[in-house]
Parts: sequence; C-alpha cells; structure tokens
Amino acid sequence: MTALLELDDVHARYGPVRALHGVSLTVDEGEIVAVLGANGAGKTTTLRAISNTVHREGEIRFGGTPLRGGPDSIARLGVAHVPEGRGTFSELTVYENLRLGAYTRRGNLKDDFARVLTYFPWLEDRRHQQAGTLSGGEQQMLALARAFMQRPRLLLLDEPSLGLAPLLVTEVFRIVKELNENEGVTVLVVEQNAHIALQLAQSAFVLEVGRVALAGPSADLQQHESVRRSYLGY
Amino acid sequence: MRPRLAALGTTAAVALVLAVLPFGLSGYHQALAAQVATFFISILGLNILTGYTGQISIGHGAFMAIGGYTTAVLSRDHHTDLVVTMAAAFFLCFLCGLVVGLPALRLSGVYLALATFALAVSVPQIPLKFSNYLGGSGGVQSAKTVSHLWLYAVSWSAAAVMFAVAWLVLRGRTGRAFRAIRDSEVAATSSGVALPVYKTLAFGISAAFAGVAGSLFVIGTNGFAQPSEFGVLLSLQILIGAAVAGLGSLWGVIVGAAFVGLLPTISSDVPVIGSSHGQDVVFGVIVIAVMLVLPTGFAGLLHRLARSRARA
Amino acid sequence: MVDLARRLPIRQQRLPASPVILLLAAACIFLVVGCLQSSIFAQQTVAGLATGVVYGSLALALVLIYRATEVINFAQGEMAMACVYIAYQLIQWGFSYWAAFFVTLPIAFLLGMAIEATLIRPVQHRSVIAVVIVTVGLFILIDGLVAWKWGADIKFMPSPFGNRIYHVGSVAIARQDIGTIIITLFTVVLLWALFRFTKLGLGMRAAALRPAAASLAGVRVDWMLAVGWGLAALLGAVAGLMAEPSQFVLQPTLMQPILLYGFAAAVLGGLESPAGAVIGGVAIGIFLNLVGQYVHFVTSELRQPFAFAVLLAVLLVKPTGLFGRRRIRKV
Repeated sequence: MTALLELDDVHARYGPVRALHGVSLTVDEGEIVAVLGANGAGKTTTLRAISNTVHREGEIRFGGTPLRGGPDSIARLGVAHVPEGRGTFSELTVYENLRLGAYTRRGNLKDDFARVLTYFPWLEDRRHQQAGTLSGGEQQMLALARAFMQRPRLLLLDEPSLGLAPLLVTEVFRIVKELNENEGVTVLVVEQNAHIALQLAQSAFVLEVGRVALAGPSADLQQHESVRRSYLGY
Repeated sequence: MRPRLAALGTTAAVALVLAVLPFGLSGYHQALAAQVATFFISILGLNILTGYTGQISIGHGAFMAIGGYTTAVLSRDHHTDLVVTMAAAFFLCFLCGLVVGLPALRLSGVYLALATFALAVSVPQIPLKFSNYLGGSGGVQSAKTVSHLWLYAVSWSAAAVMFAVAWLVLRGRTGRAFRAIRDSEVAATSSGVALPVYKTLAFGISAAFAGVAGSLFVIGTNGFAQPSEFGVLLSLQILIGAAVAGLGSLWGVIVGAAFVGLLPTISSDVPVIGSSHGQDVVFGVIVIAVMLVLPTGFAGLLHRLARSRARA
Repeated sequence: MVDLARRLPIRQQRLPASPVILLLAAACIFLVVGCLQSSIFAQQTVAGLATGVVYGSLALALVLIYRATEVINFAQGEMAMACVYIAYQLIQWGFSYWAAFFVTLPIAFLLGMAIEATLIRPVQHRSVIAVVIVTVGLFILIDGLVAWKWGADIKFMPSPFGNRIYHVGSVAIARQDIGTIIITLFTVVLLWALFRFTKLGLGMRAAALRPAAASLAGVRVDWMLAVGWGLAALLGAVAGLMAEPSQFVLQPTLMQPILLYGFAAAVLGGLESPAGAVIGGVAIGIFLNLVGQYVHFVTSELRQPFAFAVLLAVLLVKPTGLFGRRRIRKV
C-alpha cells in the first residue's frame, strides 16, 4: 500500500495561537482514515493545514511530492476539502454548485454529471433550486456531490455528521463508503462521532491538544480502554 | 506615569512652538498655518465621529459650509464680532449634527458614507438656489477683514480649546461609551450603553467642530463664503486628513492637518510640478502611498513604535 | 436506501419582493401612457432613457466592484474619464472613432486589473477606511494626471452617431440617444451572459460570494477579483464614451456628475444587485428628466440635490434598495 498523504511533524497556528504541535500521520491510497478527538483537539486544523488555509510548518507530502501552493493549487492537484459547514454556495443553484465542484476539470462534464446522479439521483429534480434552501442533510449530500465532481484522489471531510439526524448520518457515510470502494477515492474524515467513524474507517488517529495521542487500525482502537471510555462512552 | 508625562511634555512643547512660530513667519505663511489649524479642528471632529464611534462620514464639508455661512451672514447683517460668530457656528452646527445624526442611526458602513457624501454634494448647492439671501455663486461677504497675525492667533487658540474639549469628552464616560460602540455595538448595548443617544451625540459634537472650522475658514479667506469653497473635495480632504492622522487617537491629528493643509502648497513650490494639476498628481500619489504603507495612519505608527519599545 | 426525493418536499425558489415588481410595472404603464399622451413627455422619456442607461452602466460597474471586494470605488468615474481621453488621443493620432472605441476597451480592462492588483489588494484586508482613501487618492491622482497631460481646457470629440434626429409622429428622437441605448444595453447584456453562462463568470460569482470556499474549489480568487475590476473599468469606459457626446465637450469634469447619479442608482437598485443598478439608473435618468420638465421648483441647479434627496429617502426607507436583500446579522 502506497502512502498518498503524509504529514510529518506539522505545526499550525491561528495568529499567535498554536493549534497543532507536531502532528504526524499517514493515509494510504484507497483507505478511509478517521481523525478523532474532542473539541479543540486540532482535527479541523489538521485538514486546514493540508489545504493550506491556515499558517503551517512541517512537511506535507501528497503522492510523494511536497504539497505546496494556495488552496486553489492544492485543489488542482486532486485534493477535495469539504469544510466545516459544508461550504455550500447558498445563493447559487444546485447545478451551479456542482459545476463549481468541477471547476478544476476541463472538457465535457456530461459523464461526470451522470455519475453524480447515480449516487444522488434526487439532485436531478433540484437542479435549479437555490442551494441555500436545501435542508442540512441535503446540503451535506450536495457537498459530497460537489467534491465528487472534482474527481479527487483525496477527499477531506470535516465533521460530515454535524447537525444531521442519525438516519441521514448513516446515509452520508454509506455514500462515502461507496465512493471509496467504487471510485477509489481515498478519504480522510474528521469526526466527533467516533462510533460511526470507526465503523467506516480502516484506521484512525486520535488527537489530543494538537498532538497524535493514539493511532492504529479501527478494530484495535475500538477495543482500546481510553478510547472506549472517552469517545465511545462505555 | 511615564507615558502620561511624555504626553504632557510633548503637548507643552508643541504649544510653545506654536506660540512662538508666527513671529518668524511672513503674513502669507501665517495664513497658511492658520489654515492648518482649521483642518486640525475639523479632523478632530471627524475623528470623534469615525474614529471613536465608527460612523463613517464623507460629508463634513457640509457642516463646515454651514458654519462658514453662519459667520459670513451674521457678520454681514448684524456686524457680529467674529469670535462670537464662531460660537454661534458651534451651536448651530451641533444642532444640525443632531438632526443628521438621528436618521443616520438607521444606516451604517458604506450606506452611511454614501448618505453623508450626498450631503456634501447637496448642501453647497443650497446657496445657489436661495441666492437672494445666501449670495448665490458669488457668495456672501462678511463685514470685517482681519490681519494675518490675528487670524493665526485666533485659529490656533480655537484649535487648542477644541483639543481640550475633545480630550475632556473622550476621557470620561462619554468617551468610554464611544469606544465601546466602535468596538462592538451589540456588546455596548448589552452593557447598557444607550446607542441612539451616544451615536447622535457624536454626530452633533463632530458637526460642531466642523462648524467652528468652517467659521475660521471663511474668516481666513477674507470673510468670503462661497459654494465653490465647500465642495466635495473639502469633505474628502478632511477624511484623508483623518486617515493619515490615524483614527481613534488624538495624537496624529496634527500630522493629518499638516498633511492636508501644507502638502498641496509645498508641492507646487517644487519646480517640476508647477501647475495645480501637478499638485493633484503629487497629492494623490502620496495619499495612496501613505495608505499602502501606513493603513492605520500616523497614530497607528506611533502605537506600533510604543509597542516595540515596550517589548525591548 | 432512503429515498430522499420522496420524503422531503421540493422548496420553491424565492421570488424577488413582489411590491417592487408591482411598483415597476406601474411605473412602466405610467410611462407608456404618458408617452402616448404627450410628445414632450415621450421626448423626455427617451432622452432620459439614454442618460439613464449611462448612469446605470456606471452604477453596474460600482455594484460589480462592491459585490466582489466590498469596496466603493470612488475613482470609478475618473477611471472612465481617463479612458475617454485615451480614446481622444487615439483619434488625434489618426484612428477612426470606432477603431479608437474598440482599442480603448481592452486598455480599460487592463487598467482596471492593474489598479486592483497593485493598489487595492495590499490594503483590502487591513482597513476599510484605508481602501476608501486609496480610491479617493486615485480620484485625485487621475484627475491631476489627465489635466496635466491633456490640459483642463475643453476638447472636441467626433460624435459616434452623428446629429440626425428622427421623427416618430410628433416626437423628436436623436440618433445619438438610440445609439447610446443600444450600445450600452448590449454591453450590459454581454456582461450578464458572461456571468451567467460561462465558467469564468461562475468562478467570479463564487469568489465574490464566498472567497474561502471558492478557493477550496480551485478558483483563483485573486485573479477573479482583478478580472472583476477589469470588467468594471470596461463598463465605465463604455459609459464614459457614451456620455461624452451628450455633454458636447470633453473636459476632466466629464464623469463627476455621472458618478454621483451612478451612486444614487446603485443605492436605489440595491448595492448588491446588478439588475437593480441598471434599472435604478434608467429610473433616475427618466425621473430626473420628467421632474425637470414638469416640476418648476426643480431647476437645473437642483438636479443633483434632488437626485440625492431620492438617495437619502431610499436609504432611510429601505437601505437595501429595491432589489437588495436584507442582511440578517447573527449576534
């Protein structure tokens, strides 16, 4: 298994406030990896460090080469970042949001649209609806659809279950798993819902106060004493 | 204690320099220095409004116009003593400021800027319409002319008085309320600051300052109040002066006033520039350059220096 | 699998405020009836339409920039004026009018982009006042530069449409006015199509709406803002070139009154609404002409204050303008 994404002793800060104190992690190609931790542990910051939307130091390698440049160049390299709050363009239509997802791609997008609709068939009817009028669950799906339009090699998901009813959370994670298995998209997902994240991912990293406290295959972590107590509730 | 002493010392030194200065200057330069005082006062006023309560105004030229015309008309019709007309301008413009400040409560940011801009454009047109009483484009001539030295003395004395007034207003409860409003209106209201009262008050005070400045301005231009003197450019100059001075602090105001008052004249003395158009080019370039380098103005620079001093 | 389409109802897209639509419809009916009744009314309306589209396109330029960078560009009018002088210079050098016109447009575009990249970008995020002052400084600078290079005396430019006057019944319509309306509206529609249907337009809209999210999607936000300024400058140049013939002479103060009306139009339409800007401009153009004709108190000196009385009234009653949306601030 080759490593698609490697973080090597990454530090990050918001102005003078340091949020990551040397995070190292690896994501292998084709894997789903989860990043767990409490609020303020630095999970979102880790994703932001990858897409370079926060001041960072340390080495980040994507497919072997250092990941540099602004967020837009990183997107062009094949990294799709679905941020906290989904990043939906509320004033634009569903169709325009999808079109924006494919901004970095050239050529005819008909096939891409067709493929997206196989995962999200209900989008067809809503093409011209303003994205902001969709429900939270629908917007999360739209965000995934947008990211998929980009045909990324790596998908960064920030708290996809936030604010969603349990039924919808299951649905969202089911689609992520399908995207991973059928389309070969590598996924790095940040989640507070450790239970469902560990069911989805093959391996996970647990962050505490900006550092990696635990790492390993999901099965092991699910059995781990402190993980069970702090994050799984039993 | 040290910074307070330093501030007092600087003020005393500046006051001393200003007191002695006119005796070394020609009449023309005395008048020029008096004009700087005029800008000093109006920039002080705008700083109180924009720097301390965060309400942007590009219309203070309108208040200067009102103050100036007050002086001219009172002097022409009632031969009122010029200093008394300045006081009249102060109070009249205070009221006008309150009148403007009330509807301004509904506006903020760019909308307020545009509304005050509209004011700056429209008010100078009024004398053109009511030309019988207000002299039309020819303007209103006041009854007295004054010597340059008298002008200098009164201008800078007024400036000193207004500075003291500003300082007193801003250090007390009112000043704290203003600063709270600037930093966060929501937080200020939650802390019990009556937003409408203080915001309108700020408008009134700053308009009063502009009124006095306008008064002095007219006295300085041989007692002539003309619409063309109070155009949009004047409001823009006051705003530029306030930005160069640095909003939210009283210390840069003299730099801002000197910048706006002296730069155009100085640049026309440089041989290459010559004509007034060259002046505009230089002024524009320098204004842009200053904003690119010092977006927080001179006061911001002082603040940064003080902070790096404190760290060292 | 959960079938979302069946479980959740389809929500309709919100229509713009219907009282405004009704108001506009009523105004149109009023105008049509008036035109049919009186030839003077019709003449003033058409002439007002011509001046109105010019105000509208400058207002549109202002709105474009405001939407993209949240800045009011006080120098928009002067930038446009400078472009008209550039066209004048080209004509002096032997270009035909239309050749000069089409060469000036890309120059205007590049000028707008250059200004954004060098002067606006560095200060944009640091201080609101600083950006305002930079545009004001630019206003003064351009004014001085133009007067320095070409002199402040009046110049003459050939009229692009000639001086023919058509007569429809008893209504006299100048060829110039028709030409102005066609060219300006064509430019506006072209721009609208660019924004609505092209990838670039979508990128620009996204960059203006949510720069951070757009960046993550691969949009080069900096470039988009520069292009926005370039397009606004181009619009301004068209407005200036179309405004010049109606003023008969070319001088540095050409665009100053138009800038003021442009502000009024932009606010009337709603600072974030492109359609509003154009409609606002047309409304002000026609309205001012009609009021000037029929209300005797409003003499020519009072045109500007009157326009601003309208602006102030709008700001007090509905600050977000006819088509603007009320922004709800979260506490």
